[in-house]
Amino acid sequence: MYELIIVGAGPAGMTAAVYAARKKLNTALITYDIGGQVLWTTGVENYMGYQFIEGSELMQKFQEQVRQFPLDMKTGGRVNNLSRTDAGFEMRTDKGENYRARAAIIATGKRPRQLDVPGEEKLRGRGVTYCAICDGPLFAGDNVAVIGGGNSALEAAEDMVRIAEHVYLVSLTPLTGDQVLIDKVKNANNLTMFLEHEVLEVEGGSRVEGIKLRNLKTKQEKELEVSGIFIEIGLIPNSEPFKRMVRLNRLGEIEVNCANETSVPGLFAAGDVTNVPEKQIVVAAGEGAKATLQAHRYLQRLSQ
Amino acid sequence: MAREVKIYTTSICPYCKMAKKFLDDHGIKYQEFDIVKDKAAREEMKNKCNSLAVPTICFDSEVLIGFNEAELRKKLGL
Repeated sequence: MYELIIVGAGPAGMTAAVYAARKKLNTALITYDIGGQVLWTTGVENYMGYQFIEGSELMQKFQEQVRQFPLDMKTGGRVNNLSRTDAGFEMRTDKGENYRARAAIIATGKRPRQLDVPGEEKLRGRGVTYCAICDGPLFAGDNVAVIGGGNSALEAAEDMVRIAEHVYLVSLTPLTGDQVLIDKVKNANNLTMFLEHEVLEVEGGSRVEGIKLRNLKTKQEKELEVSGIFIEIGLIPNSEPFKRMVRLNRLGEIEVNCANETSVPGLFAAGDVTNVPEKQIVVAAGEGAKATLQAHRYLQRLSQ
Repeated sequence: MAREVKIYTTSICPYCKMAKKFLDDHGIKYQEFDIVKDKAAREEMKNKCNSLAVPTICFDSEVLIGFNEAELRKKLGL
């Protein structure tokens, strides 16, 4: 039985862990990976103390700081169930482990949203990708589609026009990203836009061979021959295992007040999984610190 | 018998780094191919492993696309 369990080891979870260790709370940090979404960021230029640092390097430094302290770090399993016990909370992971604590902080972040169309799951890793910076080079000289209209999609399109033969940019809405990025992409001569189009299907046997689109206005369908599909349609919160217990907003984010308290006493949340408006590394780290300090107060009250 | 483990990567892919660290931590020797620099390896990964994503980890007749610690543990018998 721990005093505190922290779920997730992105900026929020790891900062929460350092604060917990310094308060000498008997703590477990349970996480699938270390670094969360920051691992997917190439360069970070707005985390104070570093004028420029690679996302993965920054998370390595966070990890080193956490590992200085004697807390239990359990990696590789995802918490898939949270329940209440007489003394606090119990978590179960998909590896079949059980952990109990008097208080808990959820800092599970967000993950890329899927299109949820036929063919997408089957062809994942076989032309369907959610990481343009990772898999982009594999499609050198090919035709590819980038799905989405926000900054991530525009950045992926900008990368891919330099690598691929032709890039199709497909968005449900008009482009919503920053004008600077829109201008860069618009001027590329090997890019065609299909705005206000939905993706109906990813086609292919053992590899992606194409996609089927539909114009939202005219309802006309179209097929594009592509060997890669980069899906960049935003993020969804990793809040499913907790939704029966805590209140979520309409985006599925865990609702917290300014002291990181959820709707359940003793259960706190921090970072991108919450309704706190700005999704930034520096904000998540600050929220993680706040959550632990509040959890510490809660535990002190319990023991009085 | 030591098995021949191959890992196909790109230099900026975070899950490639995690996969290599996992293999290092468990003392598993592997051969790494950067598919940006090595076109032959890229073709081998595409055609032999039928994979279009990194990291791709191949050994015996197994092909693992992406880094999934639980699955990798199971396949390597750790």
